[in-house]
Amino acid sequence: MRRSRFIRIPFWLTFVFLYLPIVVVVILSFNDSSNLFVWRGFTLDWYGELFRDQAILEGLVNTLIVATGSTAIATVLGTLLAVGIQRYTKGGLVRAFALTPALLPDLLLGIGILSVFSLLGFSLGLYSVLLSHAAFSIAFVTAIVLARLAHLDPSLEEASRDLGAGPVRTFARVTLPQLAPGIVAGALLSFTLSIDEFVIAFFTAAPTTPTLPIVIYSMVRFGVTPEINALATVLLFVSVIAVLGAQRLTKVTEAL
Amino acid sequence: MTAPPTAAPDTRPPVPSVARPHAVRRRPRGRLAALPFLGPGSLYIALLVFVPVLLITAYSFFERGRFGGVVFTFTLENFARLFDPLYLGVVANSLGIAAVVTALALLIGYPTALMITRLSPKWRTIALIAVLLPFWTNFLIRTYAWILLLNNAGWINQALQALGITQEPISMLYTPQAVVVGLLYMYLPLMILPLYSSLSSQDAQLGEAATNLGASPFRVFRTITVPLSIPGILTGCVFVFVPAMSNFVIPELIGGGKTVLIGNLIRDQFLKARDWPFGAALALVLTISLLLLLLLQARLSKRLTDGKREKAGAAKGVVTDA
Repeated sequence: MRRSRFIRIPFWLTFVFLYLPIVVVVILSFNDSSNLFVWRGFTLDWYGELFRDQAILEGLVNTLIVATGSTAIATVLGTLLAVGIQRYTKGGLVRAFALTPALLPDLLLGIGILSVFSLLGFSLGLYSVLLSHAAFSIAFVTAIVLARLAHLDPSLEEASRDLGAGPVRTFARVTLPQLAPGIVAGALLSFTLSIDEFVIAFFTAAPTTPTLPIVIYSMVRFGVTPEINALATVLLFVSVIAVLGAQRLTKVTEAL
Repeated sequence: MTAPPTAAPDTRPPVPSVARPHAVRRRPRGRLAALPFLGPGSLYIALLVFVPVLLITAYSFFERGRFGGVVFTFTLENFARLFDPLYLGVVANSLGIAAVVTALALLIGYPTALMITRLSPKWRTIALIAVLLPFWTNFLIRTYAWILLLNNAGWINQALQALGITQEPISMLYTPQAVVVGLLYMYLPLMILPLYSSLSSQDAQLGEAATNLGASPFRVFRTITVPLSIPGILTGCVFVFVPAMSNFVIPELIGGGKTVLIGNLIRDQFLKARDWPFGAALALVLTISLLLLLLLQARLSKRLTDGKREKAGAAKGVVTDA
């Protein structure tokens, strides 16, 4: 095909554009020089520095606390919401209500929650970031579990009820196991979103409890250092593993 | 799946299928039964999303206090101030930059998405993961990478000088162009994915039929491929434009704070100028405009897909008849 040149060249340019910055960061993280831009040989020093950096370690711990807590809240509430919407609502009103947090700009949520906390006189801390992250994660869990529910056969639940299982038992033994892949996918997504989230955390965290993205933000604002390159490489590596893992997982769950 | 043990032969009368609606009708018995499911999540979203949004809405109609904070006196002043040339300039700037970013994303995203649809299934998956992968890495890290690249001593300038294209380093960082590049890098995957899903769902037979009937590849592209992918184009454009409008981190880090966009203005009202009511009014207007855009796109896409499906069906009918 003659015209395929016109799409082949932009195609490759896109991937160069997407990966050039990443490759540069990874290469420079092994550079044995405090001058960022001149290659002076291979070293792992910056990684050592990274794991001794108190600010980064503290940020990492904060981020993991926030991600775990907000994922727990969002997974439980989002799953319940999805099941409730599927079972008890007809129109799209409750569904729209539950999915709004995912549509609103993060900036609005950030300043909104900041305003509420300050109006009530609550001081900010890690818990305010955790609660805020759960607020938008619920929407994502609800959406994913709802998608899963749409494929389920309601007759299984009815059969369970007809065979004498109570509503609680039916929910725990019939509904939940069938929903498990959706719930796991929702939890994974909300964990990932929380780990990466900057804007809402920026407004709702106390200066003494920065999450990792806030720590990175202050480092980047301060200037470029080889240590950030090492941190970036570690985070890139974790993301690659997570994305490939999720890919595997969806294949496994699709096969089920 | 654990099958229930079938012990004794079922002596109950078989449940006729007419009884099904009965089982369904059993549900609405409880508004109360719905409460444990819908209650906690709705309450949570109400308290942590709707109350904050309402408070921002309320603040936008109040006056700022002399030392920051909010004085509860009704005013429309905050909205009137939006028409101050200074702030109109910021709005125009944001619209312009977001529009350029969207156009560039479409320009390089469209051929890329088209190319992906033509790959073998295995390579298609790999290419899609490769498009998504940068999107799933921390966005501050991705922004940082561009600070590194665009730096005066960075590799782009080193390469330009080594090739003898320039003598002096070109200052690229801290310019509006750098902000465009940063935003484009951030949101390009959001353009490629909807385009891909729209292009890959096209009926390949239409293009083949047109080619058999003597249409040039460009004509097929212009009269079949592009018109059928308009819903994907719309979705992609909105997905890029909307977040590009409210981003304040990239203008600050890559633009060096010299390019002030709406997001920066809002952030500054809350954290620096301490003029919360004005910041609230800005955020409210921005959010409403962006939501309207999303709504418009959903409507248009739906109408277009419905219309296109009929037309495509008709066209296919013609082709198979011939």
